[in-house]
Amino acid sequence: MTAPPVLLEPVALRRRPRSALPGYGLTLGMTLLWLGLIVLLPLCAVAARSLGLGPAHFAEAAFSPRALAAYRLSFGAALIASAINALFGLLIAWVLVRYRFPGKRLAGAIVDLPFALPTAVAGIALTALYASHGWIGRVFAHIGVAIAYQPVGVVVALTFIGLPFVVRTVEPVLADLGAEIEEAAATLGAGRLATFRRVLLPEIAPALTTGFALAFARGVGEYGSVIFIAGNMPYRSEIAPLLIVTQLEQYDYAGATAIAAVLLVVSFGMLAVINLIQGRERRRLGQA
Amino acid sequence: MRRATGEPKAVRALLIALALGWLGLVILLPLLMVFRQAFAHGLHAFAAAVADPDALSAIRLTLLIAALVVPFNLVFGVAAAWLVAKHDFRGRSLLVSFIDLPFSISPVVAGLMYVLLFGSQGWFGPWLMAHGVRILFAVPGMFLATALVTFPYVARELIPLMTAQGRAEEEAAVTLGASGFQTFWHVTLPNIRWGLLYGVLLTNARAMGEFGAVSVVSGHIRGVTNTMPLEVEALYNEYDFTGAFAVASLLACLGLLTLAAKAFLEWRHRDAIAAAGH
Repeated sequence: MTAPPVLLEPVALRRRPRSALPGYGLTLGMTLLWLGLIVLLPLCAVAARSLGLGPAHFAEAAFSPRALAAYRLSFGAALIASAINALFGLLIAWVLVRYRFPGKRLAGAIVDLPFALPTAVAGIALTALYASHGWIGRVFAHIGVAIAYQPVGVVVALTFIGLPFVVRTVEPVLADLGAEIEEAAATLGAGRLATFRRVLLPEIAPALTTGFALAFARGVGEYGSVIFIAGNMPYRSEIAPLLIVTQLEQYDYAGATAIAAVLLVVSFGMLAVINLIQGRERRRLGQA
Repeated sequence: MRRATGEPKAVRALLIALALGWLGLVILLPLLMVFRQAFAHGLHAFAAAVADPDALSAIRLTLLIAALVVPFNLVFGVAAAWLVAKHDFRGRSLLVSFIDLPFSISPVVAGLMYVLLFGSQGWFGPWLMAHGVRILFAVPGMFLATALVTFPYVARELIPLMTAQGRAEEEAAVTLGASGFQTFWHVTLPNIRWGLLYGVLLTNARAMGEFGAVSVVSGHIRGVTNTMPLEVEALYNEYDFTGAFAVASLLACLGLLTLAAKAFLEWRHRDAIAAAGH
């Protein structure tokens, strides 16, 4: 019989000790109290109200033609915007990590502006910019394309909102990537593009997907920056969160709650996917 | 040594130009637009718009809500981070996921949830109304909606930081006889103060700028329950663009200050940040 690994054995047998530090009960109680009152109780209200509607009534409210059109716009625009952000976010993260150029610090700081700028401010600024007489809208008006007050305006707003999510998730992963694998690829005769596509991209893909998903989830629920630039026409340029507000203003609580439940289920699903990707990534890195 | 794996100079320049061009188009231009429109009719019109009684009342209300929400979420964030980073227990990662939930809740849905709780048809609404307590369309409702939307920010800053710092210093302090509070105040707090400060700044920026959630629960009474972002919307919808952008420019300055503070803190503490694996 070989000697057991002395260090591991007692730890594996005993239950893990909590901690030598005090405050477990107090902070656990506080955390659960805050969480329960601010997050879980309100969520329960939505769940209970949705379930109370009954399946038929719920489906009627949640999947009415107007609601379906609103989901199509919200999800579609969020999808397009986060795809654009994945592309340009990767480019910006790459440039910020790999290259040196004047104004780099400023560029790095300004990326976070959509996190810090109130959404309503972004909304009116983008509208002023993309309206037919605005700085950018004028250019497009020349070729007969309208952006503000059209569904494409939603994409513009969500592109602004989502950019930092991609940059901030991809940046640290790019920075941690060692030069060895690239050098190996170059030694083996791969060109720069092939190295990027077949060596670097698979390494950044989880972070890029996470950033994409975060931007998407945020875009689906976004309200303030969108309502000014979208035309808010039912069936055409009305996003799902706006439909909730409209129905609340008409005291249609059932309709508003049903749509809110759909949005919640989708975004919690996205959150679960993100956690899954990050968990897999952590395990993979832990094994490496 | 990146020679073997670097890009040709022309490609490099092209990529930098593309990235900066996109940042300028998507981020910088909207920011410039805010200030241009705010001062489009001169300094005098700007000053008049900001000094408008409704605008001043909106500024006061925004400051009040931030002053309530920030300490509330600060206490929660510190408690949650202490719990998660300094203790092992079952369901820890589940708890962290729950703390993150508000990130994926649409602000409008956040507002709606409180309407379902405190509205006239809500769970507690009728009882509270019978006892003369007003939550909705008043400061308490706006506080709750804002607290929900900004809930994870402090905890999110502190949890990775405190986890990376480990427990050895605190354990030493406790072994030497320090009480839990002394340990936190003299050992933990000096280590986390910059992360804490940034979490507070971020919470503050989001609290002052929150629009969707507050919009649902505020009732939009000018001069009474309109915060600054709601006042921006009201002015904008009245085609008072100078007024709307004047108030908006104040909020934009808040955002810029937050970014500047972040850049400063990152620059000052780049070594600590690198050690924490950020």
